[in-house]
Formats: sequence, C-alpha cells, structure tokens
Amino acid sequence: METALKTEAEDAEPVSEQSKAPAFSLPPKPALAVPKITPAHLSSLGIVALSLTIGVFLWWVVTEINLDLYINFENVPSPQRVFTAFIAHIQTEIFWTHIGVSMRRILISYCIAVVLGISIGLVMGRSRIARAFVMPYIEVVRPIPAVAWIPLAILMWPTEESSIVYITFLGALFPIILNTLHGVEQTPEVLVRAVQSLGASRWAVFRHVVIPAALPSIAAGLAIGMGVSWFSLLAGEIISGQYGIGYFTWDAYSLINYQDIVVGMLVIGFLGTASTAAVKGITRPMLKWQERTR
Amino acid sequence: MLDVLKFKNPRKESSEGKGRIAIDEVSITFGSGADKHVAVETTSIGIEAGEFVCILGPSGCGKSTLLNAIAGYVKPTTGKVDVDDVTVEKPGPDRGMVFQQYSLLPWKTVYENVAFGPKMAGFSRANSGSTANTFLELVGLKKFGSRYPAELSGGMQQRVGIARALANYPSVLLMDEPFGALDAQTRLMMQESLLDIWRKFGTTVVFVTHDVDEAVFLADRVLIMSAAPGRIIEDVKINLPRPRSTDMASDPEYVRARQFCLDTIKAESRRAFEGQNT
Repeated sequence: METALKTEAEDAEPVSEQSKAPAFSLPPKPALAVPKITPAHLSSLGIVALSLTIGVFLWWVVTEINLDLYINFENVPSPQRVFTAFIAHIQTEIFWTHIGVSMRRILISYCIAVVLGISIGLVMGRSRIARAFVMPYIEVVRPIPAVAWIPLAILMWPTEESSIVYITFLGALFPIILNTLHGVEQTPEVLVRAVQSLGASRWAVFRHVVIPAALPSIAAGLAIGMGVSWFSLLAGEIISGQYGIGYFTWDAYSLINYQDIVVGMLVIGFLGTASTAAVKGITRPMLKWQERTR
Repeated sequence: MLDVLKFKNPRKESSEGKGRIAIDEVSITFGSGADKHVAVETTSIGIEAGEFVCILGPSGCGKSTLLNAIAGYVKPTTGKVDVDDVTVEKPGPDRGMVFQQYSLLPWKTVYENVAFGPKMAGFSRANSGSTANTFLELVGLKKFGSRYPAELSGGMQQRVGIARALANYPSVLLMDEPFGALDAQTRLMMQESLLDIWRKFGTTVVFVTHDVDEAVFLADRVLIMSAAPGRIIEDVKINLPRPRSTDMASDPEYVRARQFCLDTIKAESRRAFEGQNT
C-alpha cells in the first residue's frame, strides 16, 4: 500500500509543477487523476505476471505428481481442472446469482457499517462521556469472531438473510469505528485553536478541522472494514442460506466437487480485492492534499 | 505594493483606532492541590490601540499563557482581560492569532486558508476571495495561492499565517513566538516584513518572544516577564524611530535598551537560581 501511494504521489507531481507557473486568483480545479503508465509500472506488472506464472506452475506440478509430503495434494484439483470448471460455471445463471447475492449482502451491510461506524467514531472522538459509555462494548464484542455469532444471529434475526447481513455488518463495523476514533484523536489542538480565532463555530471546527484531520485514518478503516466484511460474510454463508459464493464453496465440499471449492475460493479472493480497491479508489480524491504534500 | 488601508474593509465596524487591551488583576493557575501551578501571578497592564508590544521572557515563564488569555483560549483564574472595553470570554476573529508553526489547515490551499476567516464571517465567496488575494499580496505570496501549506517553506507558511489572521481585520494581532522555528536569516527578513505590514495595517500587536534582539527591534514597549510564578517585572519603552531597519543594531538607544533587557533577565535568572538553592 505504501509503495502504491508513493507512485501516485510521483504521478501527481507534474500536475503541481504545471500549476506553479501562472499567478492564480482562484484555486485551480483539481486535475483528474489519470494514472500514467511509466516504465516502472510496466516492470512491476511484469514481476506480477512472472510471480503468478510461477505460482500456477508449482500448483500444477504438485497436483501432477500427486505430492504427498505431510500435506496431501492427491485430492487437490489441478489448475486446468479448476479453469475448466470456472469456464463452465460462468456460463450458468446460478453461478452469477451466487455472486450477485454475496455482493448485495456486502453492499447492504457495508453501507450500514460505514454510516454507523463513522458516526459512532466521530461522536466517541469528540465526547469523553460517549467514549466511556461505548468503549466497553467495543472491547468485549470486537474479538468475537464472526463464526461465533452464527448461532445467536440465527436465533435473533427473523430471516436467514438478515442474520447473514448482521454478521457481515459486525465485521465491517469495528475497524471503521476504531479508525475513525483514532483519526479524531489525532486532530492537532493548534488547528482547532487557529480556526476558533478565525471565527469558526463548533460545527465549523468539526467540519473544517476534525473531519478532514480524521479522513486519512477513516479511509484506512474503510478499506480494512471491507476486507473483514468478506471474512464475516463467508462465515455466515457457509452455515446458512441457499445462495452466495460462500454457500457455493461449502456446497462443493459437501458434494465432493473439489475443483468447485477452488473456483469459489478464487472468486472470493478476487471479489474481496476488487471491492477493497474500489473503496480505496472512492476515498482517494478526498485525500488529494496528502499526495501533494507528501 | 498595494496599500491595504485603501482597500475597503467590507466589515461594518472599522478596526481603526481599536485594539486597546486592559489586563486587569489577571492571575492564571493550573491544577489544584499539590499539582497547583501558578502560571501567571496577579498582573495588570494596559496596551494602547495600535501599539506594538513584545512580551519577553524565558521559556515556561507564562508569557504564552498570558497571550492565550487575551486570545480567549485560557480563562483567567482571577481578574479579566478587556479588549476595547469588552471582556474576553472566548476566541474570536477580532483577535487574530499567529502560532509558532504548523497552524495552517494542511487540507486547504493557501488561498482557502486565508479566505477561511472572511467565509466564517459570512462573506460571499467572491468577497472572501478578493480579501484573501489582497492579504496574500500584502505578504507577497499571491502566486502561491493554489499550493498546499506543506509545499511552502517555514517562513512562507508564517507569512500565510499572518495574512490569514489579518484577513479578519482584527483589532489585535497576537503572535506566539511566530518566528521561533525559522533560521536566523529568514527570521530577520520576517521581522522587517512584519513591521512593514504593521505600518500599513496599524493594528495592535502583542508579540511573545524569548529573543531580546527581536523584542527590542520590533517593539514600542517590551514587557519583561519572569518565571515561577510568571509576572511582568519591567516595562521598557523603546525610543527608536520608525520605520526601523536592521542597521539600527548600532544605534545607542538600541544598545541601551538591549543591554537593559539583558541585565534585567540576567539578574532575575540569578535570583531564581539562588532561590532554588536555598
């Protein structure tokens, strides 16, 4: 993540160089961040391709020779079988339904977690009383893994769907609350004082100092929260439900359909990465000032 | 260079002739019981409108605390601070504040930082913008409006800080060791540039520093503070003509005032040192 941000900062540099030249009376509109393809990009893409090729090749080797060296690869499907199964699945409607259902659950629970998590975090960060009141619950509930919630969630919620959404929501909630809280605590007191002396009301202090100061930390929390919500979703889908990519994976195991297990796992991995990247992409424009000042 | 006094102040009330400060029997105590710490012992002092006053003293003598009481960040334990006969209750745009460093909003451009005060005062975007440009021009940084603070040098950031405080047309400008973090050359340049701005703008300035030369060069009056408990021990009038320039360092009045301040501080430190040993 660090290196990714750094290359973006380098990309942003020519933009700010240009903006040095004319004398401005108004701040310029932020230039659209079009990632330029540089030789450095190409070479790291090359390394990625090489790494993946080696990985798939080793996978092929161990399944081809049926390696049984403490870990047993005899029942692990080979890359070509997984690929064939994957191609077959993407032509069926039910496979897309599984993916669609999982994505919808993520979207609903994540959105609720974002709104609640940021609000709770902001309030806790600015009010000592709210913080002392809520913190014990966070401390106790946060370490409980998603799987441990399954029995109670099924008992509590009226439908299976709502219990899965609940478990997913919990996973995303805590990283978002804690990162928001941490971000608010980072607010430099001198900036609060400075804007108070410029006539800022309490609300203006919040809007122009506290929230922007917390944004980098909030953005990190949102990305972590997205990753954790996939963990939790899978736990929920394995135990209950009829659809979803987690259900698909677990069902393949029950049906001794080994290549589908790997198809399910890889799809989960891809969706999780893609959605985390989407969150980062959405939050990046709000952190433009950091790239310029790094 | 434009003359800011000619620029029409968009505010209803003019800041001209305002900025009289009355510190009336103010004492400031932090903590209680065994942790009780007297930062400022009962002090009364008057500052005239348009005066440039430096508060000079060693670190930890309570000079910043006294400044913070005028700014409204710290409530006096006893007594009160009046600015133009209104008792200070909280921070406000009539008392512009310049901090030592890193007080610009890093997520706003230089231009947005300076336009912030007028915007808070309810002026339109266009009006706030033209005010921001006027004051950025005053401090010679109009070209840098679209930059973020971290892209500027320390000296430039402090000039933006001054422009930002002045954009509210404050009757009082409070400065808390504003050049303390700058290198010696930049510091000299900033001092001259501040005097230039002050001459054009004519606001009351209360400037906190621990640097004797800085205080004598800038001020009409130097208030020397002593530590533990903090109190004003001398009120030194500096009779140097204005406009001042850095070659005044050899002027007999400069030498006399500087020596007097140094002697006072030395005697006070010796007294405090001996006090600790008995």
